[in-house]
Amino acid sequence: MDDFTWGLVQIVGVHTILGLSAYVILLTGQVSMAQAGFVAIGAYVAGMLTVLAEWHIIPSMITGGLAAAVLACIVGFPALRVRGLMLVVATIAFGEFVRLFWFNFDYRIAKGDIIVGPEGGEGFKQIRFFPENGWTTQDVAAFIWIVAAIILATLWWMDRSRAGKVLRAVGEDEMAAQSVGINLTVVKVSAFTAGGFIAGIAGALYAHYTTHIEHLNFDILMATFAIAYPILGGLANVWGTLFAAIFIQVIVIEVLRDLGDVRNLMFGALIILVMNFLPRGLFSAQVVRKLREWTGLGKTSDA
Amino acid sequence: MLEVTSLSKHFGGVRAVDELDFTVEAGEIFGLIGPNGSGKSTTVNMIAGIFAPTDGKIFFDGEDITEAPPHVTLHAGIARTFQNIRLFNNMTVWENLWVAQNSAEQKRTGNPLARWMGGSRRAAAAVEEYLDFSNLAHKRDELAGNLAFGEQRRLEVARALAAQPKFLLLDEPAAGMNLEEVKELDERLRVLRDRGVTILLVEHVMELVMEVTDRIAVLNFGRKIAEGTPAEVQQNQAVMDAYLGAGEGGSDA
Ligand SMILES: Nc1ncnc2c1ncn2[C@@H]1O[C@H](COP(=O)(O)OP(=O)(O)OP(=O)(O)O)[C@@H](O)[C@H]1O
Ligand SMILES: [Mg+2]
Repeated sequence: MDDFTWGLVQIVGVHTILGLSAYVILLTGQVSMAQAGFVAIGAYVAGMLTVLAEWHIIPSMITGGLAAAVLACIVGFPALRVRGLMLVVATIAFGEFVRLFWFNFDYRIAKGDIIVGPEGGEGFKQIRFFPENGWTTQDVAAFIWIVAAIILATLWWMDRSRAGKVLRAVGEDEMAAQSVGINLTVVKVSAFTAGGFIAGIAGALYAHYTTHIEHLNFDILMATFAIAYPILGGLANVWGTLFAAIFIQVIVIEVLRDLGDVRNLMFGALIILVMNFLPRGLFSAQVVRKLREWTGLGKTSDA
Repeated sequence: MLEVTSLSKHFGGVRAVDELDFTVEAGEIFGLIGPNGSGKSTTVNMIAGIFAPTDGKIFFDGEDITEAPPHVTLHAGIARTFQNIRLFNNMTVWENLWVAQNSAEQKRTGNPLARWMGGSRRAAAAVEEYLDFSNLAHKRDELAGNLAFGEQRRLEVARALAAQPKFLLLDEPAAGMNLEEVKELDERLRVLRDRGVTILLVEHVMELVMEVTDRIAVLNFGRKIAEGTPAEVQQNQAVMDAYLGAGEGGSDA
């Protein structure tokens, strides 16, 4: 495979993690458009740790995730008071606030004969942990997918545990959930915190494979991608989010690259169509069954 | 066990519940009846912590739970069902019961990690017991939303029992049930009482209420108009007037 393909493998891995960060929150029935903000926090914090403090990528990534988690936890409390469209608006506002924070954030130091660090609107360049340590594109792709696999496995396990059922109970009917003794505050804030942590991890990986980030990377399009994957993939299990990230990034974005901006339109239309006609996602059991009938294929993967 | 004193709930100008007093003694089945819109569900919702009362107090086991939110009243030992069934429809019958095991004692005992991540053996055994009790064992893997109406009502009671409550609030558990099902419910309620569960039963199905309750309070326009044994209440002139005044006797749900 060429470098371009390996690059795509990296992107899909990071976007899978991004989608999973929204998946956890969506399980409780909350639509968070703040995920891009959490990604930005993870990206900048982890980037500063490897570049300015010269930490290894793994502790930097975890610290970036934790920083995003702390903020997500703080956001989770006011988010309790609003729901539906108001929550969407409030979380968009938060994401924009975080983006503008990095737009104004300037902290550079001299490292040898170059100056490094986030430089406000100019962005944060030279996040070169991977090249400096001799990681090849393949190594980086493998690393991203190991992290993605760990998160996928953890959430898959959580989904089947009682904790997962509690999240889903809240997502299905808040009043009934409270009435069986579930503390809504704890559950919703925990979901936000976990979602923030995962988004922060995605940000740390993103900053390091691109080596250059700026505030505009963390705009509303990224926030839309984050919630689009679990919505398109359905909330039945984590695999839907994985398949949706592959589907969108490989088919819609890359294969149809020649279509240019029309792709964004298609992406938006796809979300609206799925939400209206396939509320359980593109890969629900019912869709898979239909696909089998149409194609005559006996064995399609069950999502 | 449960004491309600001059409890009121006003929605704008509507006095849904107005200066209501009653006491439910431990171990009894207490009926709460009245025509449509007389404030029964509102009372249940205040006890369960869904609505904050406009005025008045609610005591449970001597403790003031007037302001307690729903999950706190559950932990105190009060479980409830809803008049308009509210199950977790996309979860299986088994999962509906599993997720509802949240009593203070269930939270305290056992290994918390096992409780959250695996679901302890004890929890699983308890779920089986409620499945058997409610005659739903054969439906355990069915989605709650796909059950027949009567089964959903049964599951909701079972889900309330899953938290091992001392006190059960049932809001029209027999609504929409056929005679056979009502008889089964009657038997289940008696078994529960014998096990020491105190029950507040809101119900329009008079065959059930008059059969199974120890005492009854009657509401009309948010006020208590009578209280006594089923026989006493049936003889009460104010009660007969209230039901006649409500037209067809309020036998619809
Ligand atoms: N959330 C609410 N907002 C405004 N008014 C309400 C609300 N809930 C109940 N009410 C009003 O309060 C009154 C009592 O309603 P409630 O549901 O308690 O009656 P009920 O005795 O349970 O009747 P039913 O037998 O029909 O279930 C009614 O007039 C109703 O319209
Ligand atoms: Mg009612």
